[in-house]
Amino acid sequence: MDSLLNQNRPPAFCPGCTHEKIVQMLDRTFQNMNLDGNQIAIISDIGCSGLFDTFFHTHAFHGLHGRALTYATGIKMARPELTVIATMGDGGLGIGGAHLLAACRRNLDITLLILNNFNFGMTGGQFSATTPPDAVVESGFLNKLENPIDICEVARSAGAEYVIRCSGYQTDLDKELEKAIRFPGFSVVDICGICTGRYVQKNRLTPKKIETLVSNHSAKKYNHTISSTPRKEYYSYYKELSKNQTPTENPITISPVFKPLQPIRQEIVILGSAGQRILSAGEILCLAGLTAGLNASQKNEYNITVLTGPSIAELILSPDQIDYTGIDTPSIILALASEGVERRKHLFKNTTQDTIIIHEKNVKIPSCNASAFSVDFKGKGIKPQDWALASLAVLAGMNKVICLTMLQKAIELRFKEPIRSKSIHLIQNMVF
Amino acid sequence: MTVSFMEGNEAIARAAVIAGCNFFAGYPITPATTIFNTMLKLLPPSGGICLQGEDEIASIGFCLGASMAGMKTMTATSGPGISLYSEQISFAIGSEIPIVIVDVQRLGPSTGSATLGADGDIQFLRWGNSGGLPVIVLSPTDITDCFILTIHAFNLAEKFRCPVFIASNKEIGMTRESIDIRNLPLPEIESRKAAPHTTGFQPFAVQSDTGVPDFLPIGSIIPIRQTSSTHGPDGYITNDPKAIEMNRTRLAGKLKNISTNHFFYETHPEKDATTLLITYGVTARSARQANREEKQSGRPFSLLILKTLWPVPQDLIQKHARGMKRVVVVEMNLGQYVREVERVLPGIPVQFLGQMNGCLITPTQIKEFLSHG
Repeated sequence: MDSLLNQNRPPAFCPGCTHEKIVQMLDRTFQNMNLDGNQIAIISDIGCSGLFDTFFHTHAFHGLHGRALTYATGIKMARPELTVIATMGDGGLGIGGAHLLAACRRNLDITLLILNNFNFGMTGGQFSATTPPDAVVESGFLNKLENPIDICEVARSAGAEYVIRCSGYQTDLDKELEKAIRFPGFSVVDICGICTGRYVQKNRLTPKKIETLVSNHSAKKYNHTISSTPRKEYYSYYKELSKNQTPTENPITISPVFKPLQPIRQEIVILGSAGQRILSAGEILCLAGLTAGLNASQKNEYNITVLTGPSIAELILSPDQIDYTGIDTPSIILALASEGVERRKHLFKNTTQDTIIIHEKNVKIPSCNASAFSVDFKGKGIKPQDWALASLAVLAGMNKVICLTMLQKAIELRFKEPIRSKSIHLIQNMVF
Repeated sequence: MTVSFMEGNEAIARAAVIAGCNFFAGYPITPATTIFNTMLKLLPPSGGICLQGEDEIASIGFCLGASMAGMKTMTATSGPGISLYSEQISFAIGSEIPIVIVDVQRLGPSTGSATLGADGDIQFLRWGNSGGLPVIVLSPTDITDCFILTIHAFNLAEKFRCPVFIASNKEIGMTRESIDIRNLPLPEIESRKAAPHTTGFQPFAVQSDTGVPDFLPIGSIIPIRQTSSTHGPDGYITNDPKAIEMNRTRLAGKLKNISTNHFFYETHPEKDATTLLITYGVTARSARQANREEKQSGRPFSLLILKTLWPVPQDLIQKHARGMKRVVVVEMNLGQYVREVERVLPGIPVQFLGQMNGCLITPTQIKEFLSHG
């Protein structure tokens, strides 16, 4: 195979920079693997590692600092047949830490080459996530205050199964890169090198020292799949699980079959508490309205923590287009729990003699002008989670907004068996 | 007539799939989460990809990668997420990556109120990118708009190779409404223009007078380049001031080629009206009601509802304001779009009604404001 190096754009690193050796090694790897440029995507980060994509005739994607793995993920999911390689420095490692951890956990078939030269070369030699505390860098004393991370240890504990630390000077680097690329999952190659432009101006670091660093290091033990039961590669697993997902049903469609009972805009508020199926009842009421050709809107309010606090549904049913969706003067209030009543107590002041309030016998309502109907749901042996639906039956029994046939139709549209029959049984028993 | 009953967010997700969206990535955030939930139900069974990123930056990053690999992508979030998207939005603008970004706005600043509505991001969407280049922002008023504008958003993103925002609002996204999907006037689906697979292909060379480069995806038979760096037509970094200027001028100018039929709006002109009310988003609904009621009371005003906010439909605003004694701008913030209206209507008194307390501006508030003006 021919070299994939871009003849028009030879590597442009500082003299002696390890990055240049890695470029050559990566090219040799591609040749060894018989890869064409159109089979490879190089996703490069920011800093000197961010130049990598320009030196090769491959697909290339150069984006923002620390985010290379995010683009690589999108590209690999869209084009799983591509060999996707992300290049990132120790700077990108720090700023993109969350993405690195997630990539380790995800195990998508991407190879991450960390071009680790222990400092920010491009911006002048500031400390990075891998700078030793005793190094002299352009960040003054600040690096003394922080511990460097061992990215191999971090990647491993985040779930990466292929993690290896290499020297940018080792002669078999191309073989190591090939193994990492061939690994069917996320692989991390931490390649230690020397920043001749910045780091070694004030710190002593030689290829020999790097070799010692690498060979002494426990990361050596990571140069193969650790687990006896390797994790599934993300894309294949995604496809496998996707296949079992049932296609989503189309939304329920309703053709109007009834005439509206009152051809005016009606504003209904259901005031309850969490667990009372207030929102479902709200939906049922709206669906019932739709069966009579009414327009409907529903807004819900509940606490962010579930299973506690008020639960409120605000519903509008109208023969006209519903514009403003706020409810300031409700025509109907269904009061089923004190939490909901408390949250909307100001509404009771706006009631008139035409307002209908249906409330559970034990739920106290503020004094107001409305006609209030007390219903002993509890005494009738109905569980609190059914009070909302039961109150719709009471409303239907009064032929207000909906009638029983509309309500039954809505239940049939919304619920499957056995809930459907149970619900219909419930509303039929509520008729008084 | 057959109607369904769903949230604005669900309508956006369903319309996205109709528009050809086959890649969605998002990070859960109220009030946008149900877009993610719906996409997760729709895409995987039909062969599409739906991902939950480790954060918002990753989610939009996934989309940018996938978009450059040829997929139609969408992400959805709210104000705090838009803040995190910012660097990637700048990238998508400068490097011409099609993407639809839904902002289901909630009351800010910052984390603000997760479950209260607002239209507080309107200037942020326009200017929240480094470099200040233009974007497209569409603003739905109701569920039907959510459906139709989402398809337009994809078409525009594809046609102009740029991010297109849908500036929704908790009050639309999480409100369920009846919608007659089968009888909606849906636009034709458009896709980015493909370049021929020739070896001389340059990823940012413009072949036509549209100002938009033809597209080949990463993964094509010839290697394709994408970069966030200042680049020439070949996709390599450039320092040449001439090349830089040409590219920047083109980026700033290409959205000027949006034809008038790509501006979305609704008008309720009234004969003898001396006031024009301009509004958008959920507030438009209160304005419609006020418009009807004032007409019945013999105090008609004209109403212009903008559904394209950016680029500013300058000619449209000027045309409708012609001959008016005053223009009133109503929006669910402390005064954002009113700045644009003032800018394009020199010499016409522009008044402002807004509020930022999580409550809808009511038809009564609008009528009272108009009567005191």
